[in-house]
Amino acid sequence: MTEASPGVRERPLSPHLQVWRWHVTMLGSILHRACLVGLYVGALILAGWAVALASGEQAYLAYAGLLGSLPGKLVLLGLTFALFFTIASNVRHMLWDTGRAFTPKVADMITIASIVFAVVATAVVWLIAGQTGGLS
Amino acid sequence: MTAASGRFRTPLSRARGLGAAKHGVGHFIAERVSGMVLIPLSIWAAFAGLKLAAGGYAMAVEWLAQPLNAVLLSLFIVAGFTHLRLAIQVVVEDYVYGFVSKSSLLILNYLVCVLGAALGVFAILKVALLGAF
Repeated sequence: MTEASPGVRERPLSPHLQVWRWHVTMLGSILHRACLVGLYVGALILAGWAVALASGEQAYLAYAGLLGSLPGKLVLLGLTFALFFTIASNVRHMLWDTGRAFTPKVADMITIASIVFAVVATAVVWLIAGQTGGLS
Repeated sequence: MTAASGRFRTPLSRARGLGAAKHGVGHFIAERVSGMVLIPLSIWAAFAGLKLAAGGYAMAVEWLAQPLNAVLLSLFIVAGFTHLRLAIQVVVEDYVYGFVSKSSLLILNYLVCVLGAALGVFAILKVALLGAF
């Protein structure tokens, strides 16, 4: 390799957020990623829960107390939404993988449906939690 | 097709890592399949969480001592970390450009997911097999 040879050529980047007009499938895509990052923390919280349970009653009660505090509840509320939105998004992507639902109208519709499903499912789970004493 | 496209690629271009690494399809399928498996597991886990939130320590131990719960929760954790490792790998590849920072984060991502899954499954087995103490 001589000195005149070029280095690694600049790789093309995908158009970034600023270039695009805002649209709902974009929100769906960003939410999907944000939810997965959130669920990463959630998976660690779940693993921590199992470790706390295996460490005995005191550790478990301390951990459950942390999750049951107001900040803990807010995190769990966010994780519930993230879980359900990711489920809906996975279904949406499976549909897209078959080559269907790509017209802007249908794509927008199933994205809105994913968000609505996640909000409703989260509300239902937390209402049940309130009914069964899971919030106290 | 591989032979035809390979003819026009120099060893240097391959060494620099330009072009497809031919790993994309495996990653894609693993992400989709783990995502599918996680749909019923997640719904089950949400209801399990509801049940556990309403009970205390003894109830949680008793719950996890049941084989079906221990196995499903282990599968949820393993499938979850598998899916999340693949997902976060893509996020890192998309947004982190530097070679060292990107490689470090990819390795860290792998290690965190393996550690999280191993800790979770081991703790579940301990409770399931040995119970409370």
